[in-house]
Amino acid sequence: MTTGPHAGKLPAAYLSPGSSSFTEFVGDHAPELLPSRRALPPGSTLEAPHGTTIVTVTSDGGVVMAGDRRATMGNIIANRDMEKVFAADEYSAVGIAGTAGIAIELVKLFQVELEHYEKIEGTLLSLEGKANRLAAMIRGNLGMAMQGLSVVPMFAGYDLERNTGRIFSYDVTGGCYEEHDHHSVGSGSLFARGSLKKLWRPGLSGDDAVRVAIEALYDAADDDSATGGPDLGRRIWPTVAVIDAEGVRFVTEDALTAVVESVIADRQGNPGGAR
Amino acid sequence: MSSMPFYVSPEQLMKDRADYARKGIARGRSVVVLGYDKGIAFVAENPSRALHKISEIYDRIAFAAVGKYNEFENLRVAGVRYADLRGYSYDRTDVTARGLANAYAQTLGTVFTQESKPYEVEIVVAEVGATAEEDQIYRLTYDGSVADEYGFVAMGGAADQIETGLKDRWRPGLSLGDALGLAVAELGKDPSGGPDRTLTPAQLEVAVLDRERPRRCFRRLGGGLLEALLSSDDPTRDVPTEDDPTPGRHDTLTGDGAVVRDMSSNPQTQLDDAREDDVQPE
Repeated sequence: MTTGPHAGKLPAAYLSPGSSSFTEFVGDHAPELLPSRRALPPGSTLEAPHGTTIVTVTSDGGVVMAGDRRATMGNIIANRDMEKVFAADEYSAVGIAGTAGIAIELVKLFQVELEHYEKIEGTLLSLEGKANRLAAMIRGNLGMAMQGLSVVPMFAGYDLERNTGRIFSYDVTGGCYEEHDHHSVGSGSLFARGSLKKLWRPGLSGDDAVRVAIEALYDAADDDSATGGPDLGRRIWPTVAVIDAEGVRFVTEDALTAVVESVIADRQGNPGGAR
Repeated sequence: MSSMPFYVSPEQLMKDRADYARKGIARGRSVVVLGYDKGIAFVAENPSRALHKISEIYDRIAFAAVGKYNEFENLRVAGVRYADLRGYSYDRTDVTARGLANAYAQTLGTVFTQESKPYEVEIVVAEVGATAEEDQIYRLTYDGSVADEYGFVAMGGAADQIETGLKDRWRPGLSLGDALGLAVAELGKDPSGGPDRTLTPAQLEVAVLDRERPRRCFRRLGGGLLEALLSSDDPTRDVPTEDDPTPGRHDTLTGDGAVVRDMSSNPQTQLDDAREDDVQPE
């Protein structure tokens, strides 16, 4: 804080006309607060908790995003009830895989970015606009990704222009790709994608899409040690967000319990879930 | 030919600036901010749907202004930046109306004494509390003075007259319908003593900070809902607890049906909500 007769006044940067992007404002005014502006010692890598698998499934009139709850650090389970799916704003959700600390900071920044734009401009960003803002943030993180601290999010939202759910995936360089029907990222994504290919049908209802997402996570956890399956002892279920014309909502614990129990019951004596 | 005097007394200089700012503010239509039983209501006479005099700053904080649009818009954007940066670097609960009012006061005070022309604005920063006693309403004038107001504030050309009317008729615990009716009646009075005007919903910009909403408490009111609230023979006296179901911005309530929205859909609070859910009954 500065001192002097007008110490508490708003700094000039606040009053300067400029962009409605919070990230750009922070980058100009307080760059040390941005996760992507931090310098790391060259040539070193470090071990930090990693988030694992996210799956996204389109349904009739919306999209469902689910994530397991495990974070791993090498062979250690760093956290068993971490949330990796977040509402980005009223009509979109973001799921994260990769270095958990940086990913959660990026999500927090992304949430403020969207709300900031909404308040300054008095209108919502288009879905592509939101997806591109997230891409720019991932691009800014490339330096850290090259030192092992990569973040690979997945973005899904309800498109108010087209009235459908849409999915966007990213690579570490900030490339943004629209995915169709369903997608998965993270360490268990290979197994989840295989599962989704067999389970997904066009025009799934919202409830069926939730079940497909949970089953895909179950298959991922079955073969990937870094993905957490449903934890019956502690009653920890995946985080599941449903996004449709009414906005984002998280599936309640009671509803999830029912779905998880039915998936487990159906797999008794049929561990691969053959149909 | 008269020449510029070499010396102007500070008293004269400040008085000239204050007169200049006051004249600019008095030209505009007025804004009323008043408490009601479930929050704080903002009522402005403003036929424009796009150029707002009332806006959201943060979860529980809103902003209202009169005067020169470009100047108060500049202050509004600065306030949103201040609040969002503070909430991002500390925590959402650390953003307060008091802090923002102080920052505005310092800014307005500096501009008043140091710039060639003062801001021709008057603003209100209001924060809705958990109870009516905890509501905070700060009024800031062009020279950086701050007043902590209780219950109601009027700004703009007819502010004095409206405040006199509110002093007589406002009391704590008014329903929203009654509070809006009172504000609209006072706004419609002619300061020069002519006949009262009846302001229609189309001439008004109305918003509330509803203390019972989770996280973002700011909602604009429009459409059928505003008409119903302003009509004395309609039983609607409060805003619905749920937002409009129509896709689009959920910060405007028009009363066209309502949809149950989950608290967990609020970004940034979902984790805390989830934790509460995790508590298992013994």
